[in-house]
Amino acid sequence: MAAKAFWPVAIALILAAIGLTQLLANEYYFFAAYVVLQFVVLATAWNILGGYTGYVNFGSAAFFAVGAYCSVALIKAFDAPLPVLILAAGAVSGLIGLATGYLTLRLKGVYFAIATLALAIVLETFITNWDFVGGASGTFVLRPKEVWLFDSYIKFLFAVMMVLAVAAVGIARSIERSKLGRGLAAIRDDEVAAECMGVPTLRLKLLATTISGTLMGVAGAPYPYYVTYLDPLSAFNLSYAVNAIAMPMIGGTMTWLGPVVGALLLGTAQQVATVTISSELNLLIVGVMLVGFVILAPEGIVGLVRKTIRRGRRR
Amino acid sequence: MFTFDLLANAIVAGVLLGGFYTAVSLGLTIAFGRLDVVNIAHPAFVILGSYTAYMVNAAFGVDPVLAGLAFTPAFFAIGVGIYRVYHASFERRGDESLRGLAFFFGLMFIVEVALILVYGVDYRLVDAPYIGATVSFGFVGVPMRMLVPFALALIMTIALQQYFVRTFMGRAIMAVSQDRLALQLMGADPTRVKQLAFGIALATASLAGAMLIVIGPVEPSMGRLYIGRVFAIVVLGGMGSVGGTLIAALLLGVIESLTATFYGPSWAPAVAFGFLLFALAVRPQGLFGR
Repeated sequence: MAAKAFWPVAIALILAAIGLTQLLANEYYFFAAYVVLQFVVLATAWNILGGYTGYVNFGSAAFFAVGAYCSVALIKAFDAPLPVLILAAGAVSGLIGLATGYLTLRLKGVYFAIATLALAIVLETFITNWDFVGGASGTFVLRPKEVWLFDSYIKFLFAVMMVLAVAAVGIARSIERSKLGRGLAAIRDDEVAAECMGVPTLRLKLLATTISGTLMGVAGAPYPYYVTYLDPLSAFNLSYAVNAIAMPMIGGTMTWLGPVVGALLLGTAQQVATVTISSELNLLIVGVMLVGFVILAPEGIVGLVRKTIRRGRRR
Repeated sequence: MFTFDLLANAIVAGVLLGGFYTAVSLGLTIAFGRLDVVNIAHPAFVILGSYTAYMVNAAFGVDPVLAGLAFTPAFFAIGVGIYRVYHASFERRGDESLRGLAFFFGLMFIVEVALILVYGVDYRLVDAPYIGATVSFGFVGVPMRMLVPFALALIMTIALQQYFVRTFMGRAIMAVSQDRLALQLMGADPTRVKQLAFGIALATASLAGAMLIVIGPVEPSMGRLYIGRVFAIVVLGGMGSVGGTLIAALLLGVIESLTATFYGPSWAPAVAFGFLLFALAVRPQGLFGR
């Protein structure tokens, strides 16, 4: 995509999505598309830290669930409106990202990965023991009855998620092209060399974990309204963590396009497969694809396509 | 409510639990501490060990521990296979930190989902004559289902320790973790040594899995609970020290048991994370690190 065309296309996409909600009557498409877009946000968020910086976050589910539960708490306490929920969820998840990063990123990168895995379990323990948001048995969330412009709440959520997805991809893209992005890439390629060249590695890494955590929390914020019933087991579901890693890995981790391609492909395939085959089997397929891609095609789909194009040009 | 009885029982239970944690962590002590292979799928393979023990026990009535022992060669072979793929795809390319981790994460996920597909999400348990029995020492009751894994874990720890110190191959494994290049200059192939060591690491998962299912019922996603624990133990134990692993595991076992007794069992998983963060933030070189 040409550099200048991105934002016009992005705005056109959002407008088209809103237009579709007015034209299409069947709610199911929006119900399914919401999940796919949610994965676009998660995969993009993961890639800011994983793909650009080279630090693996296994706890995407935790950041997502914190966003969702932050919403639940605010709905129960103040009946807060959705924009407030999204901002608050982003702030809380971002802070958790920052704290985890601060405690572990001064060490080898592996420790950050392990800490995120453990973090997911601990946060789940806390939520399970927190009765105000439903504890282990979960909680019901009532959707607001009416929304302006939309004839159903699912369509509204779909439009919201579309805006969030476009925003997340936009953020990732501008990071990629900024000084920050080049600093992160330097860390990924050789952290010691980067440090020696004067790149403030710890600060940049903390910035990346915070942005990544924020976006994951944002992705989770509308989730309680989407499911209307939320319990720790589904919010902390490992499938979020796996998909958040598998989608960028399969799409390609070097550019903002990779996670988008991966999320659209895998997300859509899973939506189809969950209806037609069992949901466990389709998770197994995601796992196998993840392992297959990291072994055989480390550059992902975007990398494969680029290689073919380059080869074509040479001839 | 605090009583001396309760405290004594909690400490004894914690020590026994810690012994079992040693068995789960030893494989990772070798893989992560010695070989620098971050096998986050290790707990998942422990669960796989539980299920193989369960399968043999349910079908033939064989003692689960014996079944675990019988499966160690199979797990060894799986370990060798995994290491070969890992080495060829990631280690040689210098791509361990991102894709190598994702690889093990994928493996963990595949093992877990495959177990769910085959056995479902129900808890499974095994049958053995000693499982229901309890021995009492004064006011401290010791259930055999904890004592047997504890004793086995101690035997495993001592055997591995002796193997690393006394045998030729064991020393070669110690050498590869210290200086790969020097080992190569001595005419040994570090990849082959690491392959053997990783096989041993995975073989311990078979035995640890058998112990896990002797201790209590097992379901496929339980492995995740152990990830925080085992890494905390390995890091605090000093990254690769067998003795350190034992001490760190006992410590975690006791702290967890005390938390479960005095604050409630639903808080116990959080302890491991606190333990891990403490380890990473305060003493990343471990309790007995250089």
